Amino acid sequence: MATSTTTLDSTPRPGRRGRARVFIDRLRSGDQIAHLITLAFAASVFLITCLLVYELWVTSTLPRHKFGLSFLVTSVWDPVFEQFGALPFIYGTLVTSALALLIAVPLGVGAAIFLSELAPPRISDGLSFVIELLAAVPSVIYGVIGIFVMVPLLRKYVEVPLKAAFGYLPLFKGPAMGVGFLAAGVVLAVMIVPFILSISREVLLSVPVDQREAALALGATKWESTWKVVVPYARTGIMGSIFLALARALGETMAVTMVIGNNPQIAASLFAPGYSIAAVIANELAEASSEMHYQALIELGLVLFAVTIIINALARILILTTAGRGTAH
Amino acid sequence: MTTPTIKRFAVTLTFGLILVAGLISRPKPSSPAPAAPADRLQINAAGATFPYPIYSKWFDEYHKLHPNLEINYQSIGSGGGIRQLLAGTVDFGASDMPLKDDQLSPFKVKPLHFPTVLGAVVPTYNVPGLSADLKFTQKALAGIYLGKITKWNDPAIARTNPGVKLPGDDIVVVHRSEGSGTTYIWTDFLSKADPDWEAKVGRNASVNWPVGLGGKGNEGVSGSVEQTPDSIGYVELIYAIQNHMRYGLVQNAAGVFLKADLAGVTAAAAAAAKSMPDDFRVSITNAPGKTAYPISSFTYLLIPQSFSDATKRDAIIGFLRWMLKDGQQYTEALSYAPLPKEVVAKEMKAISLIK
Amino acid sequence: MSFRNVWRKSVNIVMFSLTGLATLLTISVLFFILGYLVWYGGSSINWNFFTKLPTPVGESGGGMANAIVGSGKLLLLAALIGVPTGLLGGIYLAEFGRGTFSYLVRYTADLLNGVPSIVMGIFAYTVVVLPMHHGSALAGSLALAVMLVPIVIRSTEQFMRAVPVSLREGALALGASKWRTVATVIVPAGFRGIATGILLALARVAGETAPLIFTAGGNNFWAEGWNQPIASLPVVIYNYALSPYQDWHRQAWAAGLVLLAFVLIVTTGSRIILSLGFQSSRSG
Repeated sequence: MATSTTTLDSTPRPGRRGRARVFIDRLRSGDQIAHLITLAFAASVFLITCLLVYELWVTSTLPRHKFGLSFLVTSVWDPVFEQFGALPFIYGTLVTSALALLIAVPLGVGAAIFLSELAPPRISDGLSFVIELLAAVPSVIYGVIGIFVMVPLLRKYVEVPLKAAFGYLPLFKGPAMGVGFLAAGVVLAVMIVPFILSISREVLLSVPVDQREAALALGATKWESTWKVVVPYARTGIMGSIFLALARALGETMAVTMVIGNNPQIAASLFAPGYSIAAVIANELAEASSEMHYQALIELGLVLFAVTIIINALARILILTTAGRGTAH
Repeated sequence: MTTPTIKRFAVTLTFGLILVAGLISRPKPSSPAPAAPADRLQINAAGATFPYPIYSKWFDEYHKLHPNLEINYQSIGSGGGIRQLLAGTVDFGASDMPLKDDQLSPFKVKPLHFPTVLGAVVPTYNVPGLSADLKFTQKALAGIYLGKITKWNDPAIARTNPGVKLPGDDIVVVHRSEGSGTTYIWTDFLSKADPDWEAKVGRNASVNWPVGLGGKGNEGVSGSVEQTPDSIGYVELIYAIQNHMRYGLVQNAAGVFLKADLAGVTAAAAAAAKSMPDDFRVSITNAPGKTAYPISSFTYLLIPQSFSDATKRDAIIGFLRWMLKDGQQYTEALSYAPLPKEVVAKEMKAISLIK
Repeated sequence: MSFRNVWRKSVNIVMFSLTGLATLLTISVLFFILGYLVWYGGSSINWNFFTKLPTPVGESGGGMANAIVGSGKLLLLAALIGVPTGLLGGIYLAEFGRGTFSYLVRYTADLLNGVPSIVMGIFAYTVVVLPMHHGSALAGSLALAVMLVPIVIRSTEQFMRAVPVSLREGALALGASKWRTVATVIVPAGFRGIATGILLALARVAGETAPLIFTAGGNNFWAEGWNQPIASLPVVIYNYALSPYQDWHRQAWAAGLVLLAFVLIVTTGSRIILSLGFQSSRSG
């Protein structure tokens, strides 16, 4: 069989009638239908997202026109006098997420290093399994344990001693009530640690053995091999896990609203009650007293959505730029 | 021709789904009384948390009498009830705060106010080691909530409580995080108590609180106070009682320190009862009289003036009549005061306004 | 040994001890949570809990039968809407899609995945609840379905791509059309992974509270059909936990345990399915 011509001998040459014939053939054989059906469902994802953004945009016209961009930097939230500003909520969302990362990243990455480098494989697998199960625990349960167990413990054993020792610092001003920015940060940290831990551990385990061996052969201690060779190799994956954890922390509603204290204020103190975007929407949407109030809450939803997009984009850019420089991907 | 595996899977899945869907969608008999689901009617309502204990009792008792009727009341706060009624997502609402004229104007079908019970808002607190209930002057409460009085042993509090050892701890203020009729009652009282409060904060269901944490619902505030030492919050009386929490005495307009009880609330309503306006919108905080408890209030059901669904309308009217006669007997057990006779009579007449 | 080596060895020991400490801390906190829930939840579970409706405030003896069934209904409808969408969309991305459109779909799927559940709740509220003039199981299911789709679509695509090319080519070589290849060869081959993805997505949305608060709302009675507000476990847990009533707290713990048990069973089960291997599902 001649190899220069392909099996296209029997198929019609491209031309309008030709292309139509191909289409009809494919239609009859079901391929085109399957293509169209699955395309429709795939497109629905895209369409739903567009609809979501459209709804958020259109249902927030009042405050957008009244406040414009100053919405993002005003800190008054006054339903009575209809002055709305998103700043305390943006602040609360960012502060609690930052606190959560501050606690969860060293713990998560540290534990991942331990489990991947030092722990015997069976223990490592078993523990990792349990930790991944915890990623599946609903957030309302974290919230309940948060207010019943963690908040009293936090107040008694962490906040009161801290206040006694360092109460003059602005970071620890105000009454130690248990609920507040610190409590929310800790609860979020507990919730996102499983993500960081399990993904980082997987990535660290997938680093080729010869990287480690090369470092050790050059005389590095195990720690130096881990920290200076393995971890940088897995850097992309670890950063990915941190971004995933951050996205989760930013959007977390229930656990935060139960322990943050629900006060829209910007305060330097970790003990002060605060508010996050997700929490205020959950609390106030069903009963917003006026159209402006309601639409201001929707605008907050839009802000949160925008923050999500930005973080998503940053993560992609970071992964794209750091990949290929002696890393796993 | 599909493989046997796919066929089997598809068949099992279809059967399974049909089975489950069938099991789930069939109306179940509700406990304790088995219902005849034939003309089962479910009415949705939402609003104030202030009267939620008595409402949940009422709707449960009324359901026992009329097994086909289920009134599903969600206690989300007066602000929520008003909003949902406006949006049309509930059949009737409930609010402790009578709607002002500008709040009524957006309604296409105006809601009528029907007082249901009288309740008291009390200052509940969690201060360890106290030997007696605390007495609060009106200005003291305003000062605490303004953030001017920050410690429990402040002279404004100590002065009226001689002999009680007050700790020097910071006061943790708790208020409502969402729009609430209870907040309206509390801020209405504080506005009458302290002109400074009226100027800075005012009276409303949702205010710009100078200090404090937010709790969700009367439930959330009492829960927060219960769990936080050195805290103070304002809740409807029954929440403090049911939770065995301490609540303080408040000085009334005549200068007497009163602990909230049914007699005090009824006395506060006495003056209003005779001169009750036709639409029932009235404030009875800081009522005159030696025995009147100063933070008392009516609470209202907001019933639309006209219904498109006649069955729902009749069901609600039936409930209202029952509530005004038999329902009132359940109030005292839950520490709400029953409505004065004059008010009941007036309401019975007002029911005919519902079309 | 030079000072430098001593230093390096000490650093080695210290740093690894720190990581060990981190592990210990993490593990113990997480085990504590599980244990606490099992302990408190377990002691609060009784027969009433599973069979009775809620009683008036302050009276004991009530249960959460309607919330348990409600959660089941919401999940069922969400699955009926979300799973086929995600499945077929994932098939498209893996088999038929090329170019910018697929990229757009993937990007928006990832985006939706990261969108906070409260925003989904707002979406369902404005699109379903307001026009219908009441909360409903339908609105709640829709919010949950929109959360299901991105997870299912991505995992379906991933597991379909993981099917060896040889299977694909073999079927095509035997003359099967594309859709037949996909439907009868590739999907069954990747089925374990796909099923796992679907189960994990279901477990994830089972515990979501925020989207249900203002869509499905709550109901103290049984909700008939799909057109009424409906009680669900996460929302009831939230309301009860914030209340001052001890009886409600106990019920919240029990409900938390039930929810957790469901999630754990599904998650563990799906792992077992997956770990049984990518054997060919072409059993005789």
